[in-house]
Amino acid sequence: MTYQLNGATIEHDEEGYLTDISVWSNDLAEIIAKDENIDMTPEHWEVVNFLREYYDEYQIAPAIRVLVKALKKKYGPEKASNKYLYELFPYGPAKQACKIAGLPKPTGCV
Amino acid sequence: MADADTIDRPEATDLPDPLEMPKLCPGAMAGSTPYPAKPDHNKALGFPGELVDDWHDRAIDKMGELLGKYRSFRVYLDSCVKCGACTDKCHYFLGSGDPKNMPVARQDLLRKVYRRHFTLAGKYFPKLVGAADLTEDVLDDWYSYFHQCSQCRRCSVFCPYGIDTAEISMAAREILDTVGKGQKYCNEILGKVHKIGNNLGLPEPALEATLEDLEEDIEEETGVPVKLPLNVEGADILLITPSADFFAEPHIDGLIGYAKVFHQAGVSWTLSSYASEAANFAMFIGSYDQMREVALRIRKAALDLGVKRIVVGECGHAWRVAYSFWNTLAGPFDFLDPNYPIPQHICEFTYDLIQKGELTFDKSKNDHMTLTFHDSCNVSRASRMGDMPGGQFEIPRAIIKAVCNNYVDMAPDTIRESTFCCGGGGGLLTDEIMDIRKKGAQPRMRALRQVADENGVTHMAAICAICKTQFTKVMPEFGFDRESIVSVHQLVSNAIVLDPPQDAGAPEEDDEDDVPAAVEMAQESEEAVQAAAEEK
Repeated sequence: MTYQLNGATIEHDEEGYLTDISVWSNDLAEIIAKDENIDMTPEHWEVVNFLREYYDEYQIAPAIRVLVKALKKKYGPEKASNKYLYELFPYGPAKQACKIAGLPKPTGCV
Repeated sequence: MADADTIDRPEATDLPDPLEMPKLCPGAMAGSTPYPAKPDHNKALGFPGELVDDWHDRAIDKMGELLGKYRSFRVYLDSCVKCGACTDKCHYFLGSGDPKNMPVARQDLLRKVYRRHFTLAGKYFPKLVGAADLTEDVLDDWYSYFHQCSQCRRCSVFCPYGIDTAEISMAAREILDTVGKGQKYCNEILGKVHKIGNNLGLPEPALEATLEDLEEDIEEETGVPVKLPLNVEGADILLITPSADFFAEPHIDGLIGYAKVFHQAGVSWTLSSYASEAANFAMFIGSYDQMREVALRIRKAALDLGVKRIVVGECGHAWRVAYSFWNTLAGPFDFLDPNYPIPQHICEFTYDLIQKGELTFDKSKNDHMTLTFHDSCNVSRASRMGDMPGGQFEIPRAIIKAVCNNYVDMAPDTIRESTFCCGGGGGLLTDEIMDIRKKGAQPRMRALRQVADENGVTHMAAICAICKTQFTKVMPEFGFDRESIVSVHQLVSNAIVLDPPQDAGAPEEDDEDDVPAAVEMAQESEEAVQAAAEEK
């Protein structure tokens, strides 16, 4: 259960979440995304970057509602919906986007 | 108002029957196993990190201990007469056709080992009485098939002896934990509750920021400063709600609904960052000690904050734990105000206000939907609401009907005490077993399809965080929009008419520019309500 990046071996758990979140990098995000069948576009990066900023401050991913609101403020209302996020991350913005952003998986009834 | 009783249902169509007996597929789900817990997850709960060398003897010892501790466990293992009444009652069986998902067969996985070790006939003539040794294959079967039971108790409703498969499933999981074969989803989460206070792992600053964000949203939308207070000492009410309410959709819309109801009721209330979780996954793994430890956090928070009442948010199994077990786990709650139910469900709280006429609703705000209600298993079959039998069925429906114009029930044999589990309950809401989750959702989805096609139902409401997440995930597989699952208090939130801030505009009544938007909205809403009343 590893990702390969420039000859380095990076461990992940059964579901592809990084075992050590400090090893994350932009290049690694591209590799994780590929595993998820996602081609990273600037729109994907907007979400991933916000998740990382939020995580830096709060040690957890934001609520979907908070994410949608932040995207609206920053990038406009057309990027502010659940539907838009699911288009970018079909398996769900919380889990799939967190995985690509190198954050731990949100647990519980979510 | 559309009511199931008053609607003329069209002729039966060829829609699939939710209760249709599936074709048998032996072994179909044998490969369905949740991820095993990591050694750290297990050890944090006092279980061995991984499968111990003497697992066989420890498992039998533990079974013996449980038989001595819980009389019901022995009765359930002894009393089955193989009548077959339960065989087609499990949603996982209906969805998968795997005969080991028949409740009786699931029980027998444990029963055969019980007979071998704890009955005279089984000790001497095992083959005659269906007794068998506990082998590694049997242990693996336990791990697989007791994680294909959501402990929803539907089968027990139909069992003439009242055998409760949920209890057998809990015992099996407790034995598995004892030998170091824990499940990752539940055990990792329980560790987070002990460490951080909730399943999500949401630290206090993040919770605080989320609540502030919601306050901003509500004020922006309504013009009314509805608060979501955190850690307020001396508040009257402590709200204990699943942490999914702080994170996921549509859960968070329900939380906003609770806040609006509290605001309108004029009560002082608070959330606690120490006990920021209603869920108690220890029930799923059958661990009394763990369940007690989680419940004691709530007692401590209530005492520390000096509250007089505890209200529980929309969470199915949490309500079972709260209603049925809190008193013995973490009681007595004699420090709370005895004039109110201890604990009280948020639906009871809202229903009570509706009964007293203290809430005003603009039902037209929900006119874009035709609703049905999914009874959550733990609320339906393991608890109650209000002071009348069946209150747990009537109260949520009464709330929905008070805030929505369009409501239709699903087929009678799929609701109330016969309701199906959503397919993700009992610690199965984890992605690696999505296949069985989808199969388990099939009966409910078929019942929903019937009312969607025949009665135009567009949305299904629920009062359980697990149900809401599970349906968000599986509904698209059955041709429904993922946003067609809603929180009951989301509907309340849409329709509730909020009073404007008391002090706002009061000294300058003449200045029309200062009238907050909410006043106008409220006035408009009142007019709408009046108009609706006149129409009737």
